[in-house]
Amino acid sequence: MDVILFLIFAIIAVVSAINVVVQTHPISSAVSLIGVMGSLAVLYLLLGAEFIAAAQVIVYAGAVMVLFIFVILLLNAGAETKRGRSFMVQLLGVPLLIALLGLLVFFVDRLFPRSVTVHFGGFSGGSAQAVGRALFTTYLLPFEVTSILILIAILGAIVLARKELD
Amino acid sequence: MPSSITEVYFPVLVQGVIAIVLAAALIVLSYVLGKRVKNKIKDTPYESGITPTGDARSRFSVKFYLVAMLFILFDIEAIFLYPWAVVYRELKMFGFIEMLVFVVLILSGFFYIWRKGALDWSYSDRARGKR
Amino acid sequence: MDAFIVISLIKIAVVAFVLLTAVAYLQWVERKVIAHIQLRMGPYRVGPHGLLQPLADVIKLITKEDMMPSYVNKPLYLFAPFIAVCMALLSIAVIPFGPTITVFGYQTNMQLTDLNIGVLYILAASSMGVYGIALAGWASNNKYALLGGLRSSAQMISYELPMALAIASPLLVSNTLSLKELVGTQSGNILHWNILHGPFPQIIAFLIFLIAGFAETNRVPFDLPEAENELVAGFHTEYSSMKFASFFMAEYLNMVTVSSMATLLFLGGWEAPWPAAYGSNLIPSAIFLVAGLTALYHAANPARKMDKYTLPVFGIVFLGIAGLFLLPLVQSWLLPLFWFCAKTGVILFFFMWVRATLPRFRYDQLMGFAWKFLFPVAMLNLLVTSFLVAWFS
Repeated sequence: MDVILFLIFAIIAVVSAINVVVQTHPISSAVSLIGVMGSLAVLYLLLGAEFIAAAQVIVYAGAVMVLFIFVILLLNAGAETKRGRSFMVQLLGVPLLIALLGLLVFFVDRLFPRSVTVHFGGFSGGSAQAVGRALFTTYLLPFEVTSILILIAILGAIVLARKELD
Repeated sequence: MPSSITEVYFPVLVQGVIAIVLAAALIVLSYVLGKRVKNKIKDTPYESGITPTGDARSRFSVKFYLVAMLFILFDIEAIFLYPWAVVYRELKMFGFIEMLVFVVLILSGFFYIWRKGALDWSYSDRARGKR
Repeated sequence: MDAFIVISLIKIAVVAFVLLTAVAYLQWVERKVIAHIQLRMGPYRVGPHGLLQPLADVIKLITKEDMMPSYVNKPLYLFAPFIAVCMALLSIAVIPFGPTITVFGYQTNMQLTDLNIGVLYILAASSMGVYGIALAGWASNNKYALLGGLRSSAQMISYELPMALAIASPLLVSNTLSLKELVGTQSGNILHWNILHGPFPQIIAFLIFLIAGFAETNRVPFDLPEAENELVAGFHTEYSSMKFASFFMAEYLNMVTVSSMATLLFLGGWEAPWPAAYGSNLIPSAIFLVAGLTALYHAANPARKMDKYTLPVFGIVFLGIAGLFLLPLVQSWLLPLFWFCAKTGVILFFFMWVRATLPRFRYDQLMGFAWKFLFPVAMLNLLVTSFLVAWFS
């Protein structure tokens, strides 16, 4: 059951991700990206990280992607025009992609030996309580530093928009 | 009683399937049952009975973009509140101080953008801010 | 395991059926309520007291012409109503209607499933609702639709912040994200409900949550996306037949979700206002008894010709329900269900009352209100609550 669910949502994630690249209109790409975020959240859930899954949907699918869509609307970006691809691209594109993916798999397999096997339901530290306990005792400093990061981002947003606001 | 995570989320999954089927059924049903009459005038965007002018998709105020950006930042802040709230009984006053530092830093940014007029939507508001 | 799956499927089927019927009739109730506030009759032609009106509406909408304009972005134009309804339907999965009960020897919750992150699940589903509106506005390729969609999505994300903060405040007292446990921490009497619970009653958070809920569901006075006088019908200008109705269905489903969330977070969920030892069990019967007797009285003195036949039926049904609440066999699940529905119903009535009463905001007022008033107040409320909770613990 777990494996079937994992496969279903992994396939949805990969197909959506490919769709992000294949779609010519930015809005369609953005919608596909929402699909990727959503299915990633389900994968987190399958691993037992409930809080992260919810945060993934709320922050990434619910907030970041809204910004993406607003930016696309704001710039009134149209569909990208397809230029004729050169002969070399048509010939070498797919084989090179496969080679790159093969190399990636090879190096990941080599450099990160499987010390622990992941199995569904084995991890139980993903509840909001566990995250809270870790975040507000052990990792207190990173948490407080996050606020500075957010503060800088707020200032950055205002600097970016200032010219248009005046 | 359900125990494993798949069992707990099983009803959510079924509900999701029902939602997808139902929502699709609504769209398909009206497509199948409704009759269609097409003509050229009918097939123009509605602009209060006047012949449409220009492209509907024009550029927008940067305000909307700014709101979305600020929303992300404060949404991240809000999501941190939840793991904090559920363990608050254990943290007590220590937890309050932690969150106070966090929130005060972010709120200082909030009041800064307020002063800068990023939250003003009408020109009269902005003019008042400049004065 | 098998029994669990079967029970789950039965529960889901029942909840889906009841929910959809309730949503259809919510429309009828709303029309009636607003009509009576404005001294009109409301729907009256289709069936007794217009009771078959929702059915007639559905048949009409399904058989209407299904326009597929040539200038729209087809996939997204169809995807927008789809995602709006989907996300609205998902929320119901975690809403508890009552405590754990025993039916034919099986223990089960009166809830589809009890998630550890129930509150966040609702927040996530509602945060995805914005796409239905934004995409509908964009895909329609119509100026009014695009403006309406953009305004509405900016409004929804702006009000999501105060809402998230208002939800976090009662959680400081309850310390759980599971909606079932949340109600468990409020049991006892009305003083234990989070809206009145010490050390700091969450009345402010409750009001902020309600106001943000109005804005999230795009209801009056926050129905800017469909401000008729400036935007025609807003984001659904170019939609017809059932696609058009999908957005309304999503709106009403979201209303139900917001109302039940307010009930669970602040009003003690399915808990009675005072313990059964002091006779709270008799309240539902008393209410239905009074309703039944009123209907019978008016049947004896009919104001209209039809009333002579319809009102006795209503009267007898009400009296029957009053009797049902006294049966010990069904009391264990009927009473919590009554209190949950009563509280949710009062909030839903409030939604309709406000629609009949208040004018619409101007857009700059709307955004200013969210950012300059609700957000700081919600933040302050949260900090004061956390300070007092820590101080008195």
